[in-house]
Amino acid sequence: MSLSRFLSSRWGPIVTGAAVGVLAPLLVQQGNPGNMGICVACFNRDIAGALGFHRAAAVQYIRPEILAFVFGALAAALAFGEFRPRGGSSPLIRFVLGMFAAIGALVFLGCPWRAVLRLAGGDGNAIPGIVGLVAGIGLGIVFLKRGFSLGRSRPAAPAVPWVMPVFAAVLLALLLGAPLLGRTPEGNPTGPVFFSEKGPGSQHAPWLLSLAAGLVVGFLAQRSRFCTVGAFRDVLLLRDAHLLNGVVALLVAAFATNLALGQFHAGFEGNPVAHTGTSWNFAGMVLAGLAFTLAGGCPGRQVFLCGEGDGDAGVFVVGMIAGAGVAHLCSLASSPSGPGPYGPWAVGIGLVVLCLFGATMRESTTN
Amino acid sequence: MNGTKNLDVRGLSCPEPALRTRLALQGLGTGTLVVLVDSSTSRNNVERTGRQLGWQTQALEEGATTRITLRK
Repeated sequence: MSLSRFLSSRWGPIVTGAAVGVLAPLLVQQGNPGNMGICVACFNRDIAGALGFHRAAAVQYIRPEILAFVFGALAAALAFGEFRPRGGSSPLIRFVLGMFAAIGALVFLGCPWRAVLRLAGGDGNAIPGIVGLVAGIGLGIVFLKRGFSLGRSRPAAPAVPWVMPVFAAVLLALLLGAPLLGRTPEGNPTGPVFFSEKGPGSQHAPWLLSLAAGLVVGFLAQRSRFCTVGAFRDVLLLRDAHLLNGVVALLVAAFATNLALGQFHAGFEGNPVAHTGTSWNFAGMVLAGLAFTLAGGCPGRQVFLCGEGDGDAGVFVVGMIAGAGVAHLCSLASSPSGPGPYGPWAVGIGLVVLCLFGATMRESTTN
Repeated sequence: MNGTKNLDVRGLSCPEPALRTRLALQGLGTGTLVVLVDSSTSRNNVERTGRQLGWQTQALEEGATTRITLRK
């Protein structure tokens, strides 16, 4: 069996999930924040901070894993003949979905990947987050069954699929070069990239290890269609466990790896980059789960789609980075002490906006 | 009920191609459904949906479009 056929078989999501489950705890051991070996929402938030899109000094770093996801998926798409320029399916709506997805995830403090990784590290607060995620996906399914659609994408100009890979390459250059092009009022060099000196943003594995892990995951995930939101959605909507097998593999592999590395600590209190507010852990992920479902896939999947030419996924990812910036500029994001002062309001507003999208977007109204 | 139906899911995001295929197959009961897709992801999902419901699938690539014929 060829690699291409193997990865598109039932084993593809399982191998990809297992790879994430092993590599993420290893990245924690090598320096990434606790239970955050890979988190697409947190890492986009760190990238937003590194680019100066918010001023939370503790969460600023250009995460090589995200960049490598794009490169790995690009390599796979080219190798397997799946590189296809496309776009034009409600891009502005996707931008807003990306923003609210990031805001919801940052109220919980993690994307669906990290929710599973937190559980595999013993963090009980992940449970209401995962329940909320499934509830949000369920709400999205209600709209899908009623005919929700963002409309059809169309073949795009040859330049479109290269925008996100080039953006990722520029970010890698900024990470490695760390140029100081700006000036403070006192005339001291500063920016355009900022790196945390303490806090989660300062905790990171060596960049080459992060890049290598991201390349492996991106390559596998592009061909296997690994998707943590599609996993639950397809079981609920289509009675299809093809993708869920990948999430189970992720959970089992991460649990075993954490045990082997001495990184499993069961409990609710004192978990890394987590809070114990059950209600908002739940509600934040309802919002994120709904946003991901309406957009067609989890944040990791959106990043992988960026590598295979999907301009609409690129808009979603840029929306996530913008949403992460807003989440920290407006005190929406949670901290280990609990939800931000305006986070609950943002979740409520986001749910109203997304339900309006869900109720009103039909194919006939989007084309 | 026997019959033939055509379904064009080109350009649609997940899970719409598989969902529309599933609804169409359940509506047909038996017969032939021809589904047009334009990505290998949609092709995989449509074929898997058909097989799960007991339909035979056959795919024919026609340029950027793949024509999937499902029969039962």
